[in-house]
Amino acid sequence: MNDVFDVALRLAIVFAVFLVAPLLVGQTEHKVMAHMQGRLGPMYAGGFHGWAQLVADGVKFAQKEDVVPAAADRRVFQLAPAVALLPYLLVLAVIPVGPGDGAVGQVVDAGIFFVLAVMGIGVLGSLMAGWASANKFSLLGGLRTAAQLLSYELPMLLAAASVAMAAGTVSLTGILDAFAWWWLPWQIVGALVFFVAGLAELQRPPFDMPVADSEIIFGAYTEYTGLRFALFLLAEYAGIVILCALTTVLFLGGWHGPFGADGLGWLWTLLKTALLAFVVIWLRVSYPRLREDQLQKLAWTTLVPLALAQIALTGIVKVAIN
Amino acid sequence: MLYTAPPLVASAAGDHPGFLSPSGVEIAFLLVGLVTLGAAVITVTTRQLVHAALWLVVALGGLAVEYLLLTAEFIAWVQVLIYVGSIVVLLLFGLMLTRAPIGRSPDADSDNRWVALGVALASAAALVWVVVDAFRTTWIDLDGPAQGSTRVTGAFLFRNWVLPFEALSVLLLAALVGAIVLSRKRDTDTDTGTATDAGTDTPPRPAPTGTPGTTDRPGKGEKR
Repeated sequence: MNDVFDVALRLAIVFAVFLVAPLLVGQTEHKVMAHMQGRLGPMYAGGFHGWAQLVADGVKFAQKEDVVPAAADRRVFQLAPAVALLPYLLVLAVIPVGPGDGAVGQVVDAGIFFVLAVMGIGVLGSLMAGWASANKFSLLGGLRTAAQLLSYELPMLLAAASVAMAAGTVSLTGILDAFAWWWLPWQIVGALVFFVAGLAELQRPPFDMPVADSEIIFGAYTEYTGLRFALFLLAEYAGIVILCALTTVLFLGGWHGPFGADGLGWLWTLLKTALLAFVVIWLRVSYPRLREDQLQKLAWTTLVPLALAQIALTGIVKVAIN
Repeated sequence: MLYTAPPLVASAAGDHPGFLSPSGVEIAFLLVGLVTLGAAVITVTTRQLVHAALWLVVALGGLAVEYLLLTAEFIAWVQVLIYVGSIVVLLLFGLMLTRAPIGRSPDADSDNRWVALGVALASAAALVWVVVDAFRTTWIDLDGPAQGSTRVTGAFLFRNWVLPFEALSVLLLAALVGAIVLSRKRDTDTDTGTATDAGTDTPPRPAPTGTPGTTDRPGKGEKR
């Protein structure tokens, strides 16, 4: 009975975080973008500085009509938002927040592989949406999504492999247990590659070619309305949370900090994750969109060689230490 | 395949519980297997091209679950990562780039289907026979320590099977280089472009930029 309660409690916590954290990032994005652009952002909903704006948005989305285009492939069209969103929920369950087995939803032996594999499934949702909408712009968006995923999956995997080599394990908790402060300069190139490739996989600016609103309306999500569109938005913000948390765990030491690692470890994880999420928003405001050829060039001629160099460096240092 | 190597600890035939009192894992294994088989059959019989690719996702995912049930966690996630995450995305990319009509494709059929069925049945029979013959008396204890964990798989791969592993990687590297060479050749000899490319029947283009247009879908890319 105790075990069942324990599992239920963990799942409930993971689910609650999954619902709340993306909204927090979304609201932060509203406000941070606004202030960087010299305006205030939403100010009325909820009273204090418009804190309830996203709740109001959610209510608005729920009230809208759920339209499926006549020429669309109905079932695939309706299934796509779920395929886009659910993988992030699964990934969130295995990310360790604090030291020990108590601060993670579920310990997975091959954690890195699980995380990267399941994140890759999420992109399938965008592809399904792009194809099933029966819309040229959606199809173009789907194509660009696929091209982007195929080129950025490799540097992301290589960067993650470098950390796995350094720690000698592919378990996320194992990597955190092996972490030492000097990993930070050692793995910094890998961290940058991982973060950039992750941004591209999430289709966040400056890699938002697949949803470039000035050319192809909103890419794969053009035909979506109401709650299903909201689910896609939620998937994007959940993706930001996951990417930042993963970068924190793999490269920034997770719950390790200058002090208070025993009791306040989870606070370090959250702090680093929030900082990275801020960087993601910052990049959106400050960088112009990359063109398709620039995007591919960045992946194949910059990120892949950098990731390979990082792996070589990791191997050399690892051998030298032993 | 490399990863079907016999497990480290496999007890003899004498002390296994038998087939008449199946455990929960065995029942789940059977049910997931049926789902996988069904999805695979739909994949090759459906007339809707993109649906076939999506059913392939179900089939490959089912296979990953089977690996998981056999405690081969690492293999399961690699299966998802490579096949579902990359191969199917590549398939969908190819389909969308050439033609991906919504609804049935009347020409998505072949006169060779009976031959294909025969080949499929023959290879299935051969595989089943080999597996049954090789693992006749071994019994994996699923309740004990995991025998397909990352550590065990890594040790197997890099102690017992290093040579095949390296040979395979050299083979893949050769294929990679070959693909690059084949795809680059069109840039050098612009006048006899048809002799070099593999599957398309496009005339040699005057413009040297190699990116094909994404909108001219009808009539192009007969085979992928």
